Amino acid sequence: MKKTISDINKIKEDLKLPMSIRKGARVVNETIGSEKFMRTVLVCGSTGCASSHSVKIYEKFKQLVHDNKMDDQINIVKTGCFGRCASGPIVMVYPEGSFYSQIKPEYVEEIFNEHLVKGNRVDKYLHHEQRDNPEIKNLYDVSFYKKQKKIALRNCGVIDPENIDEYIALDGYQALIKCLTRLKPQEVIDIVKESGLRGRGGGGFPTGNKWQFAKNAEGKIKYVCCNADEGDPGAFMDRSILEGDPNSVIEAMTIAGYAVGSNQGYVYIRAEYPVAIQRLQTAIAQARDYGLLGSNILGSGFDFDIDLRYGAGAFVCGEETALMTSIEGNRGEPRPRPPFPAIKGLFGKPTLLNNVETYANIPEIINRGSEWFSKMGTEKSKGTKVFALCGKTNDTGLVEIPMGTTLREIVEEIGGGIPNGRKFKAAQTGGPSGGCIPAQLIDTPIDYDNLIQIGSMMGSGGLIVMDEDNCMVDIAKFFLEFTVEESCGKCTPCRVGTKRLLEMLTKITEGRGTLEDLDKMEELCYYIKNNSLCGLGQTAPNPVISTLRYFRSEYEAHVVDKKCPAGVCKKLVTYRITDRCIGCSLCSRNCPVNAITGKIKERFTIDTSKCIKCGACMSACKFKAIVKE
Amino acid sequence: MKKINLKINGLSVTVPEGTTILEAANTAGIKIPTLCYLKDINKIGACRVCVVEVKGARNLVASCVYPVSEGMEVITNSPKVLDSRKKTVELLLSNHNQDCLSCVRNGSCELNKLSYELGCKSDSYEGVKTESKVDNSSLSIVRDNSKCILCRRCVAACQAYQSVSVIGANSKGFDTHIACAFEQPLGEVSCVNCGQCINVCPTGALREKDEIDDVLEALNNPDKYVVVGTAPSIRVALGEEFGYPIGKNVEGKMVAALRKLGFKNVFDVDFAADLTIMEEGYEFIDRVKNGGKLPMMTSCSPAWIKFMEHNYPELLGHLSTAKSPQQMFGACCKTYFAEKMGIDPKKMFVVSIMPCTAKKYEKDRPYQSAAGVKDIDAVLTTRELARLIKRCGIMFNNLKDEQFDAPLGIGSGAGLIFGATGGVMEAALRTVASVLTGSDLNNIDFNEVRGNSSVKEAVYDIAGMKVKVAVVSSLSAARDMMEKVKNGKADYHFIEVMSCPGGCVNGGGQPILDAHTRNTVDYKKLRASAIYKTDKAMKLRMSHHNPAVREIYESYFEKPNSHKAHEALHTKYVKRNSFN
Amino acid sequence: MGKIKLTSVDFAGTKEQEAELRKMLKELKGTDGALMPALQKAQGIYGYLPIEVQKIVSEELGVPLEKIFGVVTFYTQFLLNPNGKYDISVCLGTACYVKGAGDVIEKIQNRLDISPGDCTSDLKFSLNATRCIGCCGLAPVMTINGEVFGKVKADEVDAILDKFKD
Ligand SMILES: Cc1cc2nc3c(=O)[nH]c(=O)nc-3n(C[C@H](O)[C@H](O)[C@H](O)COP(=O)(O)O)c2cc1C
Ligand code: SF4
Ligand code: SF4
Ligand code: SF4
Ligand code: SF4
Ligand code: SF4
Ligand code: SF4
Ligand code: SF4
Ligand code: SF4
Ligand code: FES
Ligand code: FES
Ligand code: FES
Repeated sequence: MKKTISDINKIKEDLKLPMSIRKGARVVNETIGSEKFMRTVLVCGSTGCASSHSVKIYEKFKQLVHDNKMDDQINIVKTGCFGRCASGPIVMVYPEGSFYSQIKPEYVEEIFNEHLVKGNRVDKYLHHEQRDNPEIKNLYDVSFYKKQKKIALRNCGVIDPENIDEYIALDGYQALIKCLTRLKPQEVIDIVKESGLRGRGGGGFPTGNKWQFAKNAEGKIKYVCCNADEGDPGAFMDRSILEGDPNSVIEAMTIAGYAVGSNQGYVYIRAEYPVAIQRLQTAIAQARDYGLLGSNILGSGFDFDIDLRYGAGAFVCGEETALMTSIEGNRGEPRPRPPFPAIKGLFGKPTLLNNVETYANIPEIINRGSEWFSKMGTEKSKGTKVFALCGKTNDTGLVEIPMGTTLREIVEEIGGGIPNGRKFKAAQTGGPSGGCIPAQLIDTPIDYDNLIQIGSMMGSGGLIVMDEDNCMVDIAKFFLEFTVEESCGKCTPCRVGTKRLLEMLTKITEGRGTLEDLDKMEELCYYIKNNSLCGLGQTAPNPVISTLRYFRSEYEAHVVDKKCPAGVCKKLVTYRITDRCIGCSLCSRNCPVNAITGKIKERFTIDTSKCIKCGACMSACKFKAIVKE
Repeated sequence: MKKINLKINGLSVTVPEGTTILEAANTAGIKIPTLCYLKDINKIGACRVCVVEVKGARNLVASCVYPVSEGMEVITNSPKVLDSRKKTVELLLSNHNQDCLSCVRNGSCELNKLSYELGCKSDSYEGVKTESKVDNSSLSIVRDNSKCILCRRCVAACQAYQSVSVIGANSKGFDTHIACAFEQPLGEVSCVNCGQCINVCPTGALREKDEIDDVLEALNNPDKYVVVGTAPSIRVALGEEFGYPIGKNVEGKMVAALRKLGFKNVFDVDFAADLTIMEEGYEFIDRVKNGGKLPMMTSCSPAWIKFMEHNYPELLGHLSTAKSPQQMFGACCKTYFAEKMGIDPKKMFVVSIMPCTAKKYEKDRPYQSAAGVKDIDAVLTTRELARLIKRCGIMFNNLKDEQFDAPLGIGSGAGLIFGATGGVMEAALRTVASVLTGSDLNNIDFNEVRGNSSVKEAVYDIAGMKVKVAVVSSLSAARDMMEKVKNGKADYHFIEVMSCPGGCVNGGGQPILDAHTRNTVDYKKLRASAIYKTDKAMKLRMSHHNPAVREIYESYFEKPNSHKAHEALHTKYVKRNSFN
Repeated sequence: MGKIKLTSVDFAGTKEQEAELRKMLKELKGTDGALMPALQKAQGIYGYLPIEVQKIVSEELGVPLEKIFGVVTFYTQFLLNPNGKYDISVCLGTACYVKGAGDVIEKIQNRLDISPGDCTSDLKFSLNATRCIGCCGLAPVMTINGEVFGKVKADEVDAILDKFKD
């Protein structure tokens, strides 16, 4: 049913107390116990945890609460992602702030009986850090979260994304109300401009300026689009936001529509994100029902609605012109710019396109003011950025950090350092468009300009940490394989150039490269950057360029010594049995090509001409007698 | 319109707002190479050989799609630009079957020329090539993707000119290739064989099905009586293959060359065009008088016929049943002429020289065998004729003019103007008006139906009747027109349709012009004006006055649309579905 | 999509499916950018997009068939081949190959009478060749709907496939 502004404010008031329990137990005092809800259990229901049965866990809790007639004492909520998917499924119990990780459905009964009924934390299921350190009372005290600052992810893992009231309770739609009732479109744009917010989709273009262009563009019909294509391998922040807090994007797009003069929005979302799609659909339906979307929003006279369009598995469709070409019903091939989308975009009409995370920042900026936002971050990069931290750190997951945080802080403090006593070698940011940051630059404060400066880029936020066991040539090749696969094939430099580049890299990893190849490769890289039609080609060589820049010696080792120092490039690796061998024959029995022979209880040997370097022997040997070199 | 001032290579240039850098450079006399760009139809910025440096821009920009702006500074030939273009072409070459020595486009290949100009090495980059195989399935067109550079000019032509869209980009990335839906062979889809795709292709990836060897074999076969006829538009285009300027009429040399090649008779298809006017004109008069299906539509363009069969089978009754001039020519050779000369039509080998690839398909259609054998045995395009002449060592430029043989070599100006859009309509009007009013008109120039716009309309007062006509060229314009006809929104009496934009002067078999010429020269107009100029200077300008035409009716067909004429000079159409 | 592999499965669409498809297309016709949603829904109805289906889309939306095919082959999610109820992947990575994966896949091909990338006409099995799945020690390896079978011998294929009867 349509709501008025005062209805919205009432929803907010009514839910204030139960919601405050969740937003950091620290502020909740003992008197809470006398309130209606004694406890709130948050179960992560996002893709990562759902894939390890978190929905079952949720349902089991619900059932137990119901069976024990405790519905008015314990609130079970299915939330979005906590950012700790690798330790999922995650269960949080408030007001204590107990952080249970890797929970199995079988544990639920015990947690229910012990913790929820009797009030005794079940320490053995707690996340290891909280278990081991009594000082840590709360999720947000664990080192993974301590350095983080959640703006875009503010509601993820806090609210039930399928209940618009919970979003409203945490100031949701207040920004829209403020815009519709108290701000002129230009004033909205000025706030966004002054905040210094830059696009989180990769390019880092100042968001306010983009809005201004779209507002200034001539035309009765304009569109507001949201880029939820998120194709970078390893990045999933946009998915998390849509799964955990879809209303923040809906609210922001509506504000954008108001600011630039558009009445229709489109979200272009990957079809591979079924949960996000479903939550977004639910949220849109609820927003429509409340009159927060549709005609005459909150009685303001402003109309805006949002439709979904689904990507169909082409990475290049994340590029803005390709995205629009795709929505129009074509092969998702980028088109030349100018004309820019703000002038001539979707269906030839002025179009504003922003990324999910960019939008997610908007309501907070409107609510708290541009100054609040611009105080965070560095000179030219304001606010926070969400990264998907993965690779060789002890802790991995989604992290939102203020701009200017150093790579060292991320790796050592948030990520808890490199496992197995290995050394940090490099971090790759920006996915296939980005580059590697070597150990000597680990103290670089991360922001848009610094990353470009050192030859990488922010990208959408993938952050892969690598140690000595990673081969940089192989990493470059990995990303290039991706771009070659995903090139749309329209323009020559990218269609043929990246293919040739990959062939050269392959040659090197197979020990067939020459030093001249390295120069030729570098030349080809700069050529592709300079000549490609769209951002995909223009950035595709970055992983090669940056690894060539910081790890040239590693390339040279492949070319000159025909060795892969990290022991990754199969063709350059040899397996050898050392004198630790006790002659158990296990390796020989595991070798798929019978390359290993020997007498029982004597040292076995590998026939390197037969060996196909599959590594099966090495993993089989219980005595670590086989080495790769 | 707002003017923009910019500098190109240091030169100040002023151009209207919205101009691209490429166009601006052209006006300043600076040439920038292009491969994918085609004015009006292909502005996709894909090939990247037209890149230039723009001061302040992060990367090089594609000049063919980049609009100028005030104060812009452009450099079109810096070392960086030249090196980039070179690499681009070298990359194209690395995925190209560099079979120049036996390539039909050797000499007219834009890739080859660019490679030479940019100093490319043919083996700078090496690697796997995109898989492809030659598609020989069509009777008119050969597609060889191993020479395709994915400029997509063909796709644009097929779509923008013809609205046929049977070819397009399939797959993606390095596997992208131009082909038909479900990788069907071109000969099995609704391609209309117009050859416009060939004309725009910069390389040898598209070519006509070559019939030169068939013709040479016939010429050298003592058992065959080999005659040839040339379509109206050949004479105004053939010269281009021998270095003459566009729009030069080389009829005399063409006839001389054909005779030197050994054809027993050198005829003019203009004669058959005149005959077509008689048959079609009388059919029209009959439809008007006796309530036949109107609007009547011309039937001389075989690509148009196939287009109708696929897309508007329900409208086939509107088409004139008259065969095309090519087929009438063959029919006359093998009936009337063969009888007259006492030659067994089976021993006769009739070659037609056509501006058209669809004619290669037409000759094998059903209901095109007046004498029990195919009316036409071989069709050579203008380009093939030029190659044949060169192959046989005939020094075209030094030939003395000669004249066509009688009787099938006598044509009127009306027959000649068939070569340009509007020509058939004008020729028909000349005769129909004369027949209906009973006396010849004073002014036989129907200027309203001339010129290159894709749709022209006029209303003429003929013998007290208002005759409303439309002239359409290009099949995309024809499609719009057919939608109107289908919805009862076209109250015309007579519609002429030529498949190729501008008509046969721009047929799919005509000499190929490189993109720069296509973009900057109005070649269709130049070729067409040569035709109209010749017509104007002729004494014989109306089909019904053609003495050879009169003779053939008197001694053979009796009168237009007679039973005998119907047997030999009319045909039938088949219903097809829109896919194949 | 990479290289294009056309289906060899006979089209088994029903009248009801076609009616549903045409109804859906008539509703979509005229909306901006109808083609992508149309294809996504068509694939929802049939499971894949064979020529018969694309022709109907072409007719109803008035979009040339080649344009549709160009779009379908651009996006990896559009399928030209139906997936079987049981999706068989045979690893043809080096280790598996040298251990006789070639014989295994050949055996499967013969038994099911399909080639890699295809699906049986009863839509029960589809067959794919994959690269190393990291189980080289178990080479040759095949998976059926994700379940891993290691050290497969060609003459065990029948027994394995027999497990997937219904
Ligand atoms: C190849 C390529 C892929 C991209 N993929 C995405 C993506 O998945 N999500 C995204 O938001 N932006 C992506 N972008 C960036 C968009 O083109 C665009 O700049 C961005 O969505 C604009 O929003 P923003 O200003 O809020 O960042 C991609 C760009 C390129 C060149
Ligand atoms: S750079 Fe690559 S993805 Fe972009 S248009 Fe060119 S080929 Fe397509
Ligand atoms: S690496 Fe693989 S092939 Fe080589 S010896 Fe070990 S098990 Fe055999
Ligand atoms: S498994 Fe290890 S210990 Fe056993 S034979 Fe092989 S190398 Fe020696
Ligand atoms: S298309 Fe051009 S470059 Fe290619 S083989 Fe023919 S002449 Fe040579
Ligand atoms: S152009 Fe050069 S390569 Fe070609 S035939 Fe002549 S000399 Fe030989
Ligand atoms: S011949 Fe005509 S219809 Fe056929 S593909 Fe070429 S342009 Fe299209
Ligand atoms: S066939 Fe010719 S015109 Fe068509 S894309 Fe290839 S090179 Fe260009
Ligand atoms: S217009 Fe002329 S050249 Fe073109 S298809 Fe028709 S007859 Fe052939
Ligand atoms: S999905 Fe549960 S923490 Fe990310
Ligand atoms: S990109 Fe300009 S001509 Fe091809
Ligand atoms: S090669 Fe088959 S699993 Fe590795």
